[in-house]
Amino acid sequence: MVNLQKRYDNGFEAVPGLDLEIHDGEFLVLVGPSGCGKSTVLRMVAGLEDISGGELFIDDAVVNAMGPQQRDIAMVFQSYALYPNMTVADNIAFAMKLRKTDKAEIATKVAEVAELLELTAVLDRKPGQLSGGQRQRVAMGRAIVRNPKLFLMDEPLSNLDAKLRVQTRAEISKLQRRLGVTTMYVTHDQIEAMTMGDRVAVLRRGVLMQCASPAELYETPDNLFVAQFIGSPSMNVVRGSVTAGDGDNIELAMGSQRITLTGESAARLQGLSEYVGRDVAIGVRSEALGGDGTAGIDVDVDLVEMLGSELLVHCTIDAPAVRAIDTGVEISDQPESSIVASLDPRHPVKMGDRLHLTVDTLRMHAFDLDTGEAVGRRADLR
Amino acid sequence: MRLQLIKAAEHGGIVDWPLEQPLDDWTIDGMQKVAGLHRHVVRLVEVGQTSYVVKELPDPLAEREWRLLRELAEAGLPTAEVVGVVTGRDDEADGLLITRHLDYSLPYRSLLSGRGLRIPYLGERLLDALAGLLVRLHLAGFYWGDCSLSNTLFRRDAGALSAYIIDVETGERHEVLSDGQRTLDLQIATENVLGGLLDLQLGGFLADGIDPVETALAIESTYGRLWDELTGIDEFNADETFRVDRRLRRLHDLGFDAAELELVTTVGGSRLRLVPRVVEHGFHTQKLRAITGIEAGENQARRLLNDLSRYRAVLEKRGGRKVVESVAAARWLEERFERALAAIPPEMADKLEPAELYHQVLEHRWFLSERAGGDVGIDETVASYVADVLAAAPDEQMVTPDEI
Repeated sequence: MVNLQKRYDNGFEAVPGLDLEIHDGEFLVLVGPSGCGKSTVLRMVAGLEDISGGELFIDDAVVNAMGPQQRDIAMVFQSYALYPNMTVADNIAFAMKLRKTDKAEIATKVAEVAELLELTAVLDRKPGQLSGGQRQRVAMGRAIVRNPKLFLMDEPLSNLDAKLRVQTRAEISKLQRRLGVTTMYVTHDQIEAMTMGDRVAVLRRGVLMQCASPAELYETPDNLFVAQFIGSPSMNVVRGSVTAGDGDNIELAMGSQRITLTGESAARLQGLSEYVGRDVAIGVRSEALGGDGTAGIDVDVDLVEMLGSELLVHCTIDAPAVRAIDTGVEISDQPESSIVASLDPRHPVKMGDRLHLTVDTLRMHAFDLDTGEAVGRRADLR
Repeated sequence: MRLQLIKAAEHGGIVDWPLEQPLDDWTIDGMQKVAGLHRHVVRLVEVGQTSYVVKELPDPLAEREWRLLRELAEAGLPTAEVVGVVTGRDDEADGLLITRHLDYSLPYRSLLSGRGLRIPYLGERLLDALAGLLVRLHLAGFYWGDCSLSNTLFRRDAGALSAYIIDVETGERHEVLSDGQRTLDLQIATENVLGGLLDLQLGGFLADGIDPVETALAIESTYGRLWDELTGIDEFNADETFRVDRRLRRLHDLGFDAAELELVTTVGGSRLRLVPRVVEHGFHTQKLRAITGIEAGENQARRLLNDLSRYRAVLEKRGGRKVVESVAAARWLEERFERALAAIPPEMADKLEPAELYHQVLEHRWFLSERAGGDVGIDETVASYVADVLAAAPDEQMVTPDEI
């Protein structure tokens, strides 16, 4: 996609100009909150929305003016109907009859797809004799047998209950890896995005905020929006200030709390030395609190949630919250805010405690309060 | 739990249903399973003279379908009459969508099995109806996303069929559909129809004479012709304004009406370009309803209006003067339509809709007159129709696929 744009007749600019490349065989997930333009982008790729500007390439060809059928793509639906009187082979192959494909070719393609989907042994069975997972794979087979250049999936799991969603998510990921077909997948669910995508493109108001691997998005978000959209619980972000910094050491203040970054931690956020005397947004994920770390903060425990594998501790810190909003960055007018720490489940903490939480300063983040952009990160440590 | 009901006084009995329980566990009187292809649990519940279809699906989908079905109905599109929606049930159970069963509708499995329901040129009629429905939805900016035989119900319409959309789970409402959206919707329809027909054929249920591939493929060409006729731009010489009337007549013949026509003079002023802006379906249906109060499908209405016109001509000839349409309509209603229906034995009167019954009486009259070589009277026609046709015909007020 080169400067891909979508403007509606009423003047609304859903996608102001998107540059994005999807690699061959890649599973790319478009994620963002409702109204961020992700489905619009997918629909432009599918040929369902007219493109207002820019160019869309599939392989080396510009396909802006091509209809959905000419683009050689497959929209994959969450739930194809399986026909009860047809065998598995017929259910996979029947649509090829519309394209007058000869019988020998149909048989070859069905055999290949069945092999890929581990359905060879059940090709002669009817859908009623299959397990739920097999039925889903037959449905996928109908899309795969066309051998498209690109699979497009728009919130395909949204209709499923939570348990089935997790199962199907794994099934789709496994299958995509096995098939190696380039796939573009749209979801509003960041967990789905993180667990499925080779890369994840985060959109806000039609603008690409970051496109990177799930690990990179999580560990080194380019901006406050990505930092808080990706991850559950969301990244803790409060307003602080840079009180001193000379390149080797950086001193941060958050309310009454003081943290000094030294060595690798200071090097990692070295750009913060340009912010001495200014406020910044300081972020830390819940699991970077209460574990290894030399620095620490004192908090009041408001709530303890036992999740089995971890303990989520909701605490109050005496620094105002900062959050990304649709139009930029919002700083709370409350002097205190709530943060979440993810602790070892055996930690003897209870509601009402005053707790000293260690901070892993190597996993701290800083963002400009005006632009929301990540600051102070050295390029080679990204 | 939250229950939203339309016309609560009419459908008040629904509150006594075990709405908190999973639909699969319901054991109330008058309930039966609905065969066919369903992604969710679906049940038919008969309460007195009314039948309801109850579908269990996740809350957001139930709410969405509830909203879309109401929007479609408000836009005058042929759809299932939505009655209520239940959301927020305990234990995160799925919601329920309740629609009223469409009386005299024929599920495709019953229709295409060829058992008892005789419709000439069935394959063509079916695809005409489905393509017509898709065009109407697209004109209204509705993308279906899963047009299929199992998501549609059909009703007789004076020798043809009219189609009703009953499942809009995948639908989207837009201001205007792009060509890409229409193309994909049509492609999905073609594939789904082929799947539905092949499945019936493999199960031994498809009536002879219907080729699944040809029928499915013909949907695209039928759709294309109708779309072009309804939306295409005409260009003609400035002194050929009669072509505006001609175009309007063609639209009316197809059952549509142009609510707005845009005539643009081309550069130089020698030619005119005609753009039909808004096209509405139901031209004859609305006219018949306005002058007689009769509810009918588009083809039925056209047929009945033709009969009314002939009757009016007879009145004028007999009286030697013009008879205004409203007077002719009142007399036709009393002396022809109601008289014919009153002559049908009560136990057979509900087998078909009144407008369809009258249409079939007219068909039978034509057949008898041809055979006799002269006009046969309406009383004699009705007596013969009841004895020779209607007595042996199946009751179509409530046909479910279970019956085939």
